[in-house]
Amino acid sequence: MSTGSMEQLYQQVILDHAKFPHGRGLPTDGLGPAGASATAVVDHGTCAAQSHQVNPTCGDEVTLRVDLDTSGAAPVVSDVRWEGQGCSISQASVSVLHDLVVGADLARVDELGRHFRLLMSSRGAGVDEAVEEDLGDAAAFTGVSRYPARIKCALLGWSALNDALIRTGATAPATPTKETA
Amino acid sequence: MTTTIDATTPPVGDATHAAGTDATAPPRRHLSAGELAAVRADFPLLQRTLRDGRRLVYLDTGATSQKPDVVLDAEQDFYTQRNAAVHRGAHQLAEEATEAFETAREQVARFVGADADEIVWTSNATAAINLVAYAMSNASLGRGGDAARRFALAPGDEIVVTEAEHHANLVPWQELAARTGATLRWIGVDDDGRLRLDELATVVTERTKVLAFTHASNVTGAVTRVAPFVARAREVGALTVLDACQSVPHMPVDLHALGVDFAAFSGHKMLGPTGVGALYGRRELLAAMPPVTTGGSMVEVVTMAGTTYAPPPQRFEAGTQMVSQAIGMGAAATYLAELGMDAVEAHEQTLTQLLLDAVASVPGVRLVGPADARERLATVAFVVDGVHAHDVGQVLDDAGVAVRVGHHCAQPLHRRFGVAATARATAGVYTSAEDVEAFREALAGVRTFFGLESAPGVPGGAAGKGTGAR
Repeated sequence: MSTGSMEQLYQQVILDHAKFPHGRGLPTDGLGPAGASATAVVDHGTCAAQSHQVNPTCGDEVTLRVDLDTSGAAPVVSDVRWEGQGCSISQASVSVLHDLVVGADLARVDELGRHFRLLMSSRGAGVDEAVEEDLGDAAAFTGVSRYPARIKCALLGWSALNDALIRTGATAPATPTKETA
Repeated sequence: MTTTIDATTPPVGDATHAAGTDATAPPRRHLSAGELAAVRADFPLLQRTLRDGRRLVYLDTGATSQKPDVVLDAEQDFYTQRNAAVHRGAHQLAEEATEAFETAREQVARFVGADADEIVWTSNATAAINLVAYAMSNASLGRGGDAARRFALAPGDEIVVTEAEHHANLVPWQELAARTGATLRWIGVDDDGRLRLDELATVVTERTKVLAFTHASNVTGAVTRVAPFVARAREVGALTVLDACQSVPHMPVDLHALGVDFAAFSGHKMLGPTGVGALYGRRELLAAMPPVTTGGSMVEVVTMAGTTYAPPPQRFEAGTQMVSQAIGMGAAATYLAELGMDAVEAHEQTLTQLLLDAVASVPGVRLVGPADARERLATVAFVVDGVHAHDVGQVLDDAGVAVRVGHHCAQPLHRRFGVAATARATAGVYTSAEDVEAFREALAGVRTFFGLESAPGVPGGAAGKGTGAR
């Protein structure tokens, strides 16, 4: 086995998240079973929605539920719970996403999503230091961007989050803007 | 073009995998080391290297095969020497182009034990199966008149497929059922991935109008015994549609001997170009079948009031055809025929055993499909415990070993085995024992890499030594 490229792709932080994922497990009194999307349930300053996303080329799946606290001025992600099956990249990415966005307001979630997509489109070159710093554990996915077939794996959870947020109707997440670096 | 019309029902044969069971058969010829080296030299792509100068180990022939020089040359020759519109124009080039196009049809027909007028060019095998399904749909709407009534479906009728089908031989039938009100039923597979022959008697009934099944699974490599399917279909008067995509490139296939009504196969899996496939249909059936795609080149007389259609195969070949690809497919058939499909099959059976041994030799790796090399092709799907197929494929790729990962367009079969994805190594005529050995070595390192188990003599997993992880 060659050394280097595989270790760069499968960084320890990715393997750890894949093995011990954060936020995994949908609440049983939730919005429906894994494999189903559900639109918002609004209840006294909270709001929740769920999205099921599939990567049709490989069959990887994630069902992600987002809970918002809408009692303040700006909606804040109060929880992300998910269920899924797939490769270590796709599963670790949802776990890292969970850590990044829980507690963030929607503008911040947007920014993180934009930064992560920027990283994924960098073809292995990475992003500037400030963005990398901002992404925290998610910066470990830099190596994934060198393998076009795997980028979708890393983005699966982010697509589910985006769709779930739209389903909450709390506010439409801004479309990613290209000039943001 | 071949000669007489023969409307009689052909005999049922079972010229599936010879499996070495016929003691009276002459010993099968293997490719010698020298022949294999010569074959490999015919494939320019096999000479290239990968990232960091690594040797290419191509074990994804089941997805698409590489192409020999003769195929590339045939296409080039057409465009540099013969290019003209076929079946129209009276100039010399048009004649030569038409002749090359029709010669290719004869080459492909002969290769699968059919007559040239029973071969319809399609853009791929998926299109070939859809052609039959849509012709039946049109017949169900009354198109094609009385002659086409045997293709018509209505509520109460049934279409039978199997749980092992590629989506290409499943979804078109689901759609046909939805359009006509017919019901889709299926034959199951056993734990080794073999079709449940015992279900033929119960699932295929007098209501069955179509029985569509694969000749060889693109996941498990299991080869279907065709004879019981054809026999049961005839008992109940159902049409048979054989997906021969995986069998035609890897074993001798004689469609007349098999006795199926229709068969589909593709060019790109049998050393030919992409963009071309073939539908085989028994002559009398094609003659009775209404057209699907309509327009130029498939007509007899067109007036503003209506149109009569050309006889098959032209009736099903509307518009400009994929001429150079068809010629390339003809060249591929000729190339394989000259090697001898018995020799190709024998060579690949050796590789099947080597692949099975490789998979069995690595702890934590499970085979999906029959373990007996005599019942299967060199299409070997497997699961590595604790490692997702994508991650398996990535580590193999890093060693230069190209396999396919995912559901291989057979989600129901994967669901049957309780897995979402498998990794799959597939061999072809140009695959060598060295390729399989490289595969085995890379496979042996997979679980180690993910820290699941140490290979003998290697302390600890190799993963996680990268920099930049926080």
